[in-house]
Amino acid sequence: MVEPKPIDNLQLDAAGRLRHFLSIEGLDRDLLLRIMDTAESFAAVSEQKVKKVPLLRGKTIVNLFFENSTRTRTTFELAAKRLSADVLNINIAVSATAKGESLLDTVRNLEAMHADMFVVRHEQSGAAHFIARHVAPHVSVINAGDGRHAHPTQAMLDMFTIRRLKGQFDALRVAVVGDILHSRVARSEIRALNALGAAEVRVVAPKTLLPAQVETLGVKVFRNLEEGLRDVDVIIMLRLQKERMSGALLPSEHEYFTCFGLTEQRLALAKADVIVMHPGPVNRNIEIESRVADGPHSVILQQVSHGIAVRMAILSMAMQVGDGRPGRRVNA
Amino acid sequence: MTGERIVISSGRVVDPASNLDGVMPLYLADGKVLAVGARPEGFESDLEIAVPGEIVCPGFIDLSVRMREPGQEHKATFASETAAAIAAGVTTACCPPDTRPVIDTPAVVNLVQGLAKRTGTIQVLPIGALTRALNGRDLSEMSALKVAGCVAVSNALMPVTNTLVLRRALEYAASYDLLVMIRPEDPWLRDAGCAHEGAVATRLGLPGIPETAETVALAQTLALVEHIGVRTHFGPLSCARAVEMIALARRRGLPVSADVTAHHLHLSEGDVDGFNAYCHVTPPLRAAGDRDALRAGVARGEIVAICSDHQPHEADAKLNAFPLTEPGISSLETLLPLTLRLVDGGILELARALACLTAAPAALLKLETGVLRPGAPADICIFDPDRVWTVNREEWRSRGHNTPFWGQALKGRVTHTLVQGRLVFSLVQAA
Repeated sequence: MVEPKPIDNLQLDAAGRLRHFLSIEGLDRDLLLRIMDTAESFAAVSEQKVKKVPLLRGKTIVNLFFENSTRTRTTFELAAKRLSADVLNINIAVSATAKGESLLDTVRNLEAMHADMFVVRHEQSGAAHFIARHVAPHVSVINAGDGRHAHPTQAMLDMFTIRRLKGQFDALRVAVVGDILHSRVARSEIRALNALGAAEVRVVAPKTLLPAQVETLGVKVFRNLEEGLRDVDVIIMLRLQKERMSGALLPSEHEYFTCFGLTEQRLALAKADVIVMHPGPVNRNIEIESRVADGPHSVILQQVSHGIAVRMAILSMAMQVGDGRPGRRVNA
Repeated sequence: MTGERIVISSGRVVDPASNLDGVMPLYLADGKVLAVGARPEGFESDLEIAVPGEIVCPGFIDLSVRMREPGQEHKATFASETAAAIAAGVTTACCPPDTRPVIDTPAVVNLVQGLAKRTGTIQVLPIGALTRALNGRDLSEMSALKVAGCVAVSNALMPVTNTLVLRRALEYAASYDLLVMIRPEDPWLRDAGCAHEGAVATRLGLPGIPETAETVALAQTLALVEHIGVRTHFGPLSCARAVEMIALARRRGLPVSADVTAHHLHLSEGDVDGFNAYCHVTPPLRAAGDRDALRAGVARGEIVAICSDHQPHEADAKLNAFPLTEPGISSLETLLPLTLRLVDGGILELARALACLTAAPAALLKLETGVLRPGAPADICIFDPDRVWTVNREEWRSRGHNTPFWGQALKGRVTHTLVQGRLVFSLVQAA
């Protein structure tokens, strides 16, 4: 009975253009396709000798990381630099909030330095939304992962990878395997796959690693990996955090690998042209056998390089420089 | 001026405790109800409060109000929250022991009573700590707390995880016929949860609090209560299964009762959507089915009382990522209109709704108030059941601005509040 505050309105301006990029929820199929189309044109830039376009020249992007990350932060930094933006990396895990500064104060201080965009990673769900709701009107917020909630740029780079390799989504069966409960990647992937019309999205995990009423996310639940992999086109393996490998969630790494590790033998149950994805960092021989991670079906490294083009697309679209295509010069 | 003689005329007097409902005058003198209906011989009033079309009932007795004093004056004070209470028709407020310092010695009881007295309007009833410093290990000096004026003992939001300590604490409280107030929550099952473990928390990636956090703790305590026979009150409840368990225990004759907050009777998990920190409460807002079961529990009398569970916060407490915000709603001023909405919706009879705010909590705490019988203290609430008002910051009295109801039109507004025969609030004068 409280007035709803829909997440979607926060992300789009009155014209339906991207203003913040916080979660896949609230974005329609067309917008997701446009992000991928834009990323296609940036992918070409990355392959040129001069890998830079001047779209965001004069803009300041702050990478605001409250939680450690190497891959995501680095690809965001590269994406911003290839768009000619100035980039400031702030590792808050060892910075201001450690001295007791509030989240809002940190944001306000950086805003006072005339930042144009915050790329935020935070250990708590909802942090990016909170910041987006409180920044000045000209500042955009990109969610680089918040708690268990969302990691929408990861989902988009995975969708981009799938589309490049598989073409269409509507015939695809996709299995997401592992720690769904704690995974922001899983939530965003599931949402994106459903928005793009994938035929079937499965989650495969023991009950301790599944959130309550997971089927309401639009997935089919499997507790058995062999069954879950049968005839799938795409396998998305999730990272299992070290601290969750023993204790009350799981008895041991060994038992997890025995039941849920992706081996060549199990891979054979999927379609012959199945692709294997992982958001990284990979725990070899816990989630996935090295032979599979390095094998012919694995597209893990392609995901990483696609990450730059997809993030370039999202950064430029959220800064509203045209549709973000490098061919069109618009300087806001 | 307790000697003032007042007549409240033309109002519809609704007093669930004495089964009274009708338009009649109410005569007050010496801080007490003198007569209901017939004018006492020789009565000359110093003041007439004419309230045609309004309802006159006992002042509300709220089982859980956090004044935040002593110890958290940056959130609220007795002065600010008492002002909110009288504007909400609340004439008696029970204060949980989780102040700083904790209400676990007669000295702190005296401190709280002194602060209340200095503000000097409503009756403040301190609830003593069940265990010292709420540590869940060492029994508090319950006898001394009772002598000092505590009406009940409770461990507030802190768990007593050791079941032997819980057993001993219940036995010890029973020795002094102290009511024990328990918020049923298993800390292990609750873990770091901040929202109902269900579809909404799953979608938002919020760590969930399963309903078993409530039912497991409730089952455990009920088993001990059955063994010991101590009067125990549980609340606030949040889920359907807990209502069933309380109803069953009551049918089996256990000396137990329960309450619910007015906001849990309206809000549900969906209201958290968009990471709405104003709806971050504990126990969490659960599924719509749970909310409906709580309503039915109140209607059937299985849940005897409705409280505000008032928790005012400073603005910063809600300015953070949802899991990092502090739970709680500033809820005194929405207590009556939210309760009346259930009457309007045909879910509760008016008398039953008012009993939840008056006679039932009075009976639990063995108070003389909560009734308009001649001789009872003249703690009275007068409200206009049809008056629509919009929740707005200009008229808000609590220092805690943490309510999810901003901008909402609510029906039912307190126009006068009397405490011991003294007019302490009048909407016309306040405006």
